[in-house]
Amino acid sequence: MENNKKPKKELTIDQKIKRRNFISFGVFAVMGGAAYGGWQWLYKAPKEAAGITAGARQPLRKALNKTELFFRNFFSNNHLVKTYPKEMAVKNVRHNSDIGVQGKFVVDDWKLRVKKHTGEIINITIDQIKALPKTEIVFDFKCVEGWDQIQYWGGVKLIDFIERFGLAEETKLGYVGLMTPDEKYYVGLDMSSAMHPQTILAYEMNGKPVPVNHGAPLRLIIPVKYGIKNLKRIGSITFSDTRPPDYWAENGYDYYSGL
Amino acid sequence: MKVIKEKHSLLMRWTHWVNFPILTIMIWSGMLIYWASDTYSITLFGHTYFKFFPEGFYKTLHISKRLAEGMAFHFLFMWFFAINGLLYVLYTLISGSWRELVPQRKSFKEAWLVLLHDLHIRKMAPPQNKYNAAQRIAYTAIIIMGFGSLITGLAIYKPVQFNTLTWLCGGYHAARIEHFVLTIGYVLFFIIHIVQVVLAGWNNFRSVISGFEVVNEQPKPAVQPTPKEDGE
Repeated sequence: MENNKKPKKELTIDQKIKRRNFISFGVFAVMGGAAYGGWQWLYKAPKEAAGITAGARQPLRKALNKTELFFRNFFSNNHLVKTYPKEMAVKNVRHNSDIGVQGKFVVDDWKLRVKKHTGEIINITIDQIKALPKTEIVFDFKCVEGWDQIQYWGGVKLIDFIERFGLAEETKLGYVGLMTPDEKYYVGLDMSSAMHPQTILAYEMNGKPVPVNHGAPLRLIIPVKYGIKNLKRIGSITFSDTRPPDYWAENGYDYYSGL
Repeated sequence: MKVIKEKHSLLMRWTHWVNFPILTIMIWSGMLIYWASDTYSITLFGHTYFKFFPEGFYKTLHISKRLAEGMAFHFLFMWFFAINGLLYVLYTLISGSWRELVPQRKSFKEAWLVLLHDLHIRKMAPPQNKYNAAQRIAYTAIIIMGFGSLITGLAIYKPVQFNTLTWLCGGYHAARIEHFVLTIGYVLFFIIHIVQVVLAGWNNFRSVISGFEVVNEQPKPAVQPTPKEDGE
């Protein structure tokens, strides 16, 4: 093709400057506007529909779930929480919340209710649990709020418990759900975190029976999760392939909350 | 005569401006998280000089009781922060522009002279290329700080899965402090950065948006003076 146009006159320096300024500042303004608009969209995004998780902006919940999938790739039973000598454990273990452990409760009447996937329910006493090999752990307990504290717990590995009470079939499912007897506090755990060798059902704190405000007679200690998953006073344990209800996930927190 | 002098690459400008809102959101959401356990203060010999943060600060910025929200924002924008930073670092390494950025041996001595000059104590500033000695140090430091935020952040985000990182940071507790101190560092950097940009003026500011500076060059004489000797 022939170019019929007259050869363009070369732009003067001032024209060049003007032109480049116009383009770059134009793009800058448009992108700035888009960024602002994008932020407004995200900030004002509607809350997710209340279900197993609730309370978070819809796009942010999606992001939390996607991020969970990414970081699950790094999870391994060989990755252990750092442990400390007993002397380093605090004497005054921080007590942060009473949800699920308020109201009248007779420790001696307690029995753990385990629901198998067949629907069968087994009731287990604290003595049956104490008869299992004891595991102790001194580790840095981490709260989602940001504080951490070296604490000393003793109890039964959840995997030992599973084996003893014939629950191996159940561990093929994706999740474990735990609930307080009053059903006011509940957590859901992905199976791999629950089966981590440092996950224990604790009946001792600092070498003595767990006090009532820390979840007597039996509580969960799961070092691969934030404190919010370390349910006090376990009433029931269930297994499922879908996420069991989780108190803090219903309040805008990440369901996984893994460390 | 006015001449257009190219200064900043397109990628440097993009990553710079993309980083600005991202880092702002990271600092803001970080404060929403920090509020839940706001234990840090500047205390010397039993006297507390400053508490991070005073009640009025939280109130003005509506920071209180938004931990879950803060975490949700923080754990989304961390991706953008990391990707954008990585992009810049990769580009700087591959393009070779790191040579104009990283401090040279003389930079540490020269940076002092730059400081004296900027404070109007010394008249002459040392000669420079794209960045002066103080800029080389500051802009390299801020990249290292960004890297530090990623490492300390991962160390407190997944202290069990990435326990080596946590160990490198001196433990979980220390990593959280470091993560916080780095953030304070960004704020201080930002303040100085803004002051310097204002002082440096329009031509400099524009170059970070449009990429070029306008400089005055002596017009070349129409008739070239004959060289005294042959050859170059």
